[in-house]
Amino acid sequence: MYAFLTGPMFWLSLAVFIAGLFWRAVWYARGLDWQLDRVAYRAWPKEGARGAVRSVFRWLVPFGTRGWRVQPFMTVVFFLFHAGAVLAPVFLLAHNVFLESKLGVSLPALPRFLADALALLAVIAGLLLALRRVALPEVRILTDWRDGLVLALSLAPFITGLLARFQAGDYQFWLLAHIISGEAFLIAAPFTKLSHIVLFFMSRAQLGMDYGIKRGGMKGKGMAW
Amino acid sequence: MPEGQFCNKRPVNTDEELKALLGDTGGQKYYQEMKALEVDTALLWSTIQKTMKSRIKTWLSICAHCGMCADSCFIYRVSNRNPKQVPAYKIQSTLGEIVRRKGKVDNAFMHMAMETAWAKCTCCNRCGMYCPHGIDMGVMFGYLRGLLYQQGFVPWEMKIGAGMHRVYRAQMDVPNEEFVDTFQWMVEENQEEYPRLEVPVDKEGADILYTVNAREVKHYPEDLAEAAILFHIAGEDWTVTSEGWELTSLAMFAGDWEACKMQVTSVYGAMERLKPKRMVGTECGHAHRATVVEGPYWAGRKDGQTPVPSIHYVEWLAEALRTGKLKIDPEKRIKVPVTIQDSCNYIRNHGLKEVTREIISYIVEPGYFRDMSPNREHNYCCGGGGGFNGIGLYRRQRNEALKTKRDQILATGAELVLAPCHNCWDAIRDLIEEYEVPVKWSFLKPLILKMAVVPEHLKPRE
Repeated sequence: MYAFLTGPMFWLSLAVFIAGLFWRAVWYARGLDWQLDRVAYRAWPKEGARGAVRSVFRWLVPFGTRGWRVQPFMTVVFFLFHAGAVLAPVFLLAHNVFLESKLGVSLPALPRFLADALALLAVIAGLLLALRRVALPEVRILTDWRDGLVLALSLAPFITGLLARFQAGDYQFWLLAHIISGEAFLIAAPFTKLSHIVLFFMSRAQLGMDYGIKRGGMKGKGMAW
Repeated sequence: MPEGQFCNKRPVNTDEELKALLGDTGGQKYYQEMKALEVDTALLWSTIQKTMKSRIKTWLSICAHCGMCADSCFIYRVSNRNPKQVPAYKIQSTLGEIVRRKGKVDNAFMHMAMETAWAKCTCCNRCGMYCPHGIDMGVMFGYLRGLLYQQGFVPWEMKIGAGMHRVYRAQMDVPNEEFVDTFQWMVEENQEEYPRLEVPVDKEGADILYTVNAREVKHYPEDLAEAAILFHIAGEDWTVTSEGWELTSLAMFAGDWEACKMQVTSVYGAMERLKPKRMVGTECGHAHRATVVEGPYWAGRKDGQTPVPSIHYVEWLAEALRTGKLKIDPEKRIKVPVTIQDSCNYIRNHGLKEVTREIISYIVEPGYFRDMSPNREHNYCCGGGGGFNGIGLYRRQRNEALKTKRDQILATGAELVLAPCHNCWDAIRDLIEEYEVPVKWSFLKPLILKMAVVPEHLKPRE
């Protein structure tokens, strides 16, 4: 079981994740239409790039935009969740030991306490996001089962991973559950809203180009996001 | 497929049809007929398949349902934070649902979608600035309006407005001769005070081609005179065109993309015929958005630019003040608390926030300017944008929506609101009347005219 999950299944889920997200990004870019979108992408590449970069990076900075500043609770929870979701799995020592054995390469690893803290904070933040969905009427009305599924898919690898890490109960059981849920996440990403892993950048860049090229980017100081 | 006499899927293309539709007071019969109007679901779905590309599809599919757009919407805020007014909900329950059902929606659904598209969204695009994914629901509502227009589910006034552009290439029934005659008449009225004042018509190669809003011709002709006098005082080489003089586009509000193209190509035709160095448009927001920002795309211009550089009146004014073409008598500067309405269509959507502040630095006595909060590209819609002002069916909702701007203005303590945009100007007039707000409001031209220094050689000889 372990050999299968860390062997063929690992490769399959990684391939689906990378190829699927790559395909979604390519499909997005190919579907941009200067006339229907009303953005002259090709005519103004420099202005477009400037707008795209500003639009992406301002939103990657906590409190970097007015949108983040006016909703501080969401901002803190959002960034804690995403910091854990991105940094912990990629720079976890155990993952990189595994990667080294598989690929012969690895990334630098986070100190153990930091990785633990990031993962734990991500779980807490994820639960707060779930609570926010239920508690706020303006979020509740938008929420459907898919949102619950995406959150569950995102949190499951963290919860199982932490349980395995701290050896709560049956280590082998939690380890397998962790690998299964992690691979489920990778496979689901291109087909669900988890595709925002790449489409966030594409969509933000597109609106940035829209503002950079057409909606004032060539006038004055540019959009104050 | 049952279609009404007035309410149908056919655009208005002749003066007779236009007059007949106008004769249906308040659209009574029109809306009655709409109740029986069938949805051409095959057409709806094929149109979506042809025109909905990756941008809008992705916007609809990756919306994280986080609700961060809620507070960005002024209509949500004035509706006691009714969750049904959350922008993401409004677009998902209309356009999103049409896509999920592959166009198979019924008459009642289209009525709901029409009300949502024209009475719950002014296409101010503010929500797009507050979505982490950069999902611009205002753009999507514009797209939805196009689908609804094609199916005949469009407010009566919008159908008329689009028809006006089709028949007259103007938002009102103002023939070209009437435009020229009115301009010349208004100039003659002022020749006693400004002896050499004139309005050059169809002059080739002028520095400035001036374009207007047909409402000025029909209802506010003094605006034309003010424009002429200010160009005259500033010593500008300017002209107007006898054809293609209308800057506005109610067709854009209606979602009639074919009429949008007809309208802007008439203006671009004038630019190509008269070859001015540049075009200056009047104090109107949506008109600038239509002709300068969006128009090149409707007309199929790949660089997204108008045939000659085109600027808003506030850009010309700031430049004239900066270069000293227009001089302000310091004694006559505004000395009451004053604020300015940042129009969505050229501030948020065309980046002109700095030039309006520059104008203020010349015309307002230091210490008297009070900015609204929030302001610049984060400002709220006046409450009447996107056609909302003009739709009788939704007047009650529009009046509710005005409360945001009312409260913003009151919070500044200003006694005067500068409103260099026709739509904002109307909305502010209406909120002053509806809620008895003790402030005055004005376009820039009449104020500038009162404080500008007239050069000696332009004054009448005693």
